[in-house]
Amino acid sequence: MTDSRERRLELKGLHSWYGESHVLHGTTLHVNRGEVVTILGRNGAGKTTTMRTIMGIVRKRKGEARLDGHDLIATPPHKVARLGLGYVPEERGIFSSLNVAENLTLPPVVKSGGMGLDDIYELFPNLEGRDKTVGTRLSGGEQQMLAMARILRTGADFILLDEPTEGLAPVIVDEIAKALVKLKALGLTIILVEQNLKFATASADRHYVMDQGQVVDEFTNERLVSDMARINAHLGV
Amino acid sequence: MPDIFGMPVAVLLGQVLLGLINGSFYALLSLGLAIIFGMLNVINFAHGAFYMFGAFVTWMVMSWLGLSYWPALVVVPIVVGAFGAAIERLFLKRLYQVDHLYSLLFTFGLALVMEGLFRHVFGSAGKPYPVPQELTGVLKLGFMFLPVYRGWVIIAALLVCVATWLVIEKTRLGAYLRAATENPSLVQAFGINVPLMLTLTYGFCVGLAGFAGVLAAPIYQVSPGMGSNLIIIVFAVVVIGGMGSIGGAILTGLSLGVIEGLTKTFYPSASSIVIFIVMVIVLMLRPAGLFGREA
Repeated sequence: MTDSRERRLELKGLHSWYGESHVLHGTTLHVNRGEVVTILGRNGAGKTTTMRTIMGIVRKRKGEARLDGHDLIATPPHKVARLGLGYVPEERGIFSSLNVAENLTLPPVVKSGGMGLDDIYELFPNLEGRDKTVGTRLSGGEQQMLAMARILRTGADFILLDEPTEGLAPVIVDEIAKALVKLKALGLTIILVEQNLKFATASADRHYVMDQGQVVDEFTNERLVSDMARINAHLGV
Repeated sequence: MPDIFGMPVAVLLGQVLLGLINGSFYALLSLGLAIIFGMLNVINFAHGAFYMFGAFVTWMVMSWLGLSYWPALVVVPIVVGAFGAAIERLFLKRLYQVDHLYSLLFTFGLALVMEGLFRHVFGSAGKPYPVPQELTGVLKLGFMFLPVYRGWVIIAALLVCVATWLVIEKTRLGAYLRAATENPSLVQAFGINVPLMLTLTYGFCVGLAGFAGVLAAPIYQVSPGMGSNLIIIVFAVVVIGGMGSIGGAILTGLSLGVIEGLTKTFYPSASSIVIFIVMVIVLMLRPAGLFGREA
């Protein structure tokens, strides 16, 4: 395995709750520096909740969660981003009362080494020249690009990407896949929640499979590609 | 001068101006209410009490500390705003998790307590406050004599409203506010201290009510009931403009002041209910309010 590399994120026996509803039941996983790791699983398995628990958006939680040695459970939600974590939510979270430029520059810079606007427009040419457009008037694919771009600008070096290809046309999915490969080449560490296996296997190093709030299996990318039957059994397709 | 509907134009213009003065107060107060509702989801029934508090602090710093109108114009909003921020930190903050009804009841109760306290200490009659020396006298406008102070109220209120609107619509801080109104947990996940922002927003809006209180002190009697007389109208203004719409609150506040003024000329007995008639009509035709977004 890749355990010789530096651990960045470590979740051990992580539980979390939405109000009374117990969602994560002792999730355990880790991510090393520079890795792209996916979380696969059926709807309701706890993939998005894992991300929201890491970010501190879900507050009721128990267990261990560390990023670069910092205790995430003890970190107030507005300080999590300062540790270099950037969150691109499933629903994209583009603000309708902000234009594209305002959406892009909304998240404060948390670390040096973030992308400049030129780099961002090179990565996502669709966003250039759209500054005054209302954020939610962009197409779904462009909104996804904007949601990723605004995180890349902040210098976050650990990115949580929740279903970036959901509901997008194949051409756009290809564009986002290309962007992901570039981000990996830049050395970013990424957790990817994804339903599209072709997209997931294109850039990932390892895969976790979740079910009912727990990690139930783990694959390297090579294993996954050579043993699709096993993953399909988990996903029930 | 010619007549319009049997009214001399001079009289009409005079009423429009007087309406604008009332409208300035509606605008200042409904602006704060709209921002508080948008950001905190709190229906701030204490807004009128904070306005009354502002007028009383103005009177107190003059009578007890000898502080005149101009320094009061700066000091009082800060004092009232700080009081509001403390209320948010100590009480309101704990109510965000539960139904909106609790914060409504809390602010309603707070308004009653504040009003009762001032009535107990100062009596109901009210305290006079002099118009500042520099703003005494009248302006001859041709169609009417406008007391200088009342002209100043319109200008000062408009400046503060427009400045607030510009900050919210055009600055980075305003972008944070707008974004946090839509999706506070995501804005927080981006590394912005949303709870602090809520406290400061509430403090600022309460400070606006305090500012309105300073402006009001020389015109209206400084009395414990002055806030509750106004707040019901201001709520109607916010409902007409559309809950949470900043620009809408300002425009609606001013125009309803004018409508009220005009009603006074044409049909005086309806002037105290005209705003509520407008509210009923608007709610029937556009339930989200004139400037509100349809859900």
